[in-house]
Amino acid sequence: MSYVELKDIRVSYDHKNDILKDLNLSIEKGELVSLLGPSGCGKTTTLRVIAGLINPNDGEFLVDSQNLTKVPVHKRKFGMVFQSYALFPHLTIRENVAFGLKLRKEKKNVIDQKVKDILAITGLEELGDRYPKQLSGGQRQRVALARALVIEPKLLLLDEPLSNLDAKLRVAMRIEIKRIQSQLGITSVFVTHDQEECFSISDKVAVMNKGIIEQFDTPEEIYKNPKTEFVARFIGFENFFQLTRVEEGKYKAGDGTIFLSTRQWETDKRTGTIRPDDIDIVTGTEPNENNTVSGTVKVRTFLGKSYQYEIETPIGALLVNESDDVIYQVGDSVTLSIPAHKLIIV
Amino acid sequence: MRKQIGLKIFAGLVFAFLFVPLLIIVVTSFGTNSTIQFPIQGFTLDWYGKVFENQSFVNSFLLSLQIAFWGTVLALLVGVPAAYSLARHSIFGRNWIKSFFLSPTIVPGLVVGYSLYQFIVIQLQFPLIQGLLLGHFLICLPYVIRVVGSTIEQLDGSIEEVSWTLGCTKLQAFMKVVLPNITSGIFASFMLAFINSFNNIPVSQFLSGPGVTMLPTSLMNYIEYNYDPSVSALSVILMLGTVVLMFVIEKTLGLASIS
Ligand SMILES: Nc1ncnc2c1ncn2[C@@H]1O[C@H](COP(=O)(O)OP(=O)(O)OP(=O)(O)O)[C@@H](O)[C@H]1O
Ligand SMILES: [Mg+2]
Repeated sequence: MSYVELKDIRVSYDHKNDILKDLNLSIEKGELVSLLGPSGCGKTTTLRVIAGLINPNDGEFLVDSQNLTKVPVHKRKFGMVFQSYALFPHLTIRENVAFGLKLRKEKKNVIDQKVKDILAITGLEELGDRYPKQLSGGQRQRVALARALVIEPKLLLLDEPLSNLDAKLRVAMRIEIKRIQSQLGITSVFVTHDQEECFSISDKVAVMNKGIIEQFDTPEEIYKNPKTEFVARFIGFENFFQLTRVEEGKYKAGDGTIFLSTRQWETDKRTGTIRPDDIDIVTGTEPNENNTVSGTVKVRTFLGKSYQYEIETPIGALLVNESDDVIYQVGDSVTLSIPAHKLIIV
Repeated sequence: MRKQIGLKIFAGLVFAFLFVPLLIIVVTSFGTNSTIQFPIQGFTLDWYGKVFENQSFVNSFLLSLQIAFWGTVLALLVGVPAAYSLARHSIFGRNWIKSFFLSPTIVPGLVVGYSLYQFIVIQLQFPLIQGLLLGHFLICLPYVIRVVGSTIEQLDGSIEEVSWTLGCTKLQAFMKVVLPNITSGIFASFMLAFINSFNNIPVSQFLSGPGVTMLPTSLMNYIEYNYDPSVSALSVILMLGTVVLMFVIEKTLGLASIS
């Protein structure tokens, strides 16, 4: 059994619509798991169930083989970082961080030492006597993190902790969070709807859609082998076309073109998908070869480092990104190669 | 531009209309005549001394202070937790409960006073003082609920949730996290409720009797038979007190947030 187990969790706020539908999730000790998904898919709700801020209508929640489903939030003592940071405005940074330890009635010198240590780890030594109002966004974020970490929680929960920071700071802070998390070996759940942020920080990613987990895998696996159309769309696959299955790894498109896929063909699924970056515009290939289609350029968009073409083909309109080595004009006839090792069937 | 000038003149007139009578009262309180006259003949501070020599003024002033103080304290004890539950829990019929708590500001004070008199003094046979206290508690409660409620609503609810995750029970979170962050609202509602209780006439009027007279009542009784400037002097003292309190509220919370 894994360290953290969510079993068939169901949540409904209004007793009509289920926000979470029989959600299952297993997290190993020391892992950082991200919940990734579009707005409203239930990421925060899942995190709040784990924290104990919401009681699930059905299902069980276990940590370290202990059933915590009915244990109230203040007894779980997980560290939680909110999107708004939720620092206590009336307390100094030091008092904010010490808050959880004081509640545990630890000795004063122990508290002082622990607070000092965590302020050092999070780079806040100088700011201990300030009030939250007097800090920048990035500093507040670190205080929120320090306050959650200092109680040595079994579980660290972060709800979009970086979304209020500017782009540069986000990158710096996510590296920081990852460093501290692995240094302390704290099992963590990280909520985000930013794909890049999520991939860079996580050991595993749960892609959520409308209250269910569509895929739970390592970032690499999700990036390379999305299992469902939703996951594929969410992580940047933009071309989808219908296929019929001929045999294992061999599919036929509507116009009769044969497509081979060496990537993933064991399922009974019927939609081919590929990223715009992975389609090549080729010359000197006959259009009737396997994995090629011919088409006409309809739209050209300048993306900076490359051009994006929308190309009308017999299997549908396809988006293709190409470098500026050769620039095609609207109306040009082109042949597209869809490599077998890049074609995913979902 | 011309429109603005017109508006300014109009605003000035309204202001004058409100302000000039007050100014006249202030001036008359310094007059030497034995009746209130304007303009005044000579200048004296005697009437201010007369106010403090008048035993019924002093007694009723002290009673008014005490009733207003304890009524407000009671209202805070009940109103702060009530405002908190109203702001934080989506209880069934919350809006109805809210309007119910605010009703004494809508129902005419005369009606409140009369019904309290009927119920508490006639039916329950409570002593007047307790009736007065209850009446003023009812006058104060809506102000507390409204002002404290709006302060709580402005407070980020996630700081409570954070404190729970750090190990606070709901009660501890309220004491350690909510209360320290709504002190300005509590203070402002205290002032506001206090002023309103102190100045209230109808409730005090119904619930007064031998030996139990609130300041507005004793002031009116006095005017019925005397028309000397000590009434003006007393009014000036009350105005000053109110101005000072309002100034304190403005400094702590800002008047805009409570009106
Ligand atoms: N307190 C609530 N009462 C009723 N419905 C709610 C409540 N909180 C959330 N919901 C609904 O539950 C669904 C999931 O919400 P949730 O906050 O978990 O989404 P999310 O994935 O965190 O989205 P976001 O990325 O926008 O934060 C949404 O449709 C939302 O409207
Ligand atoms: Mg959310």
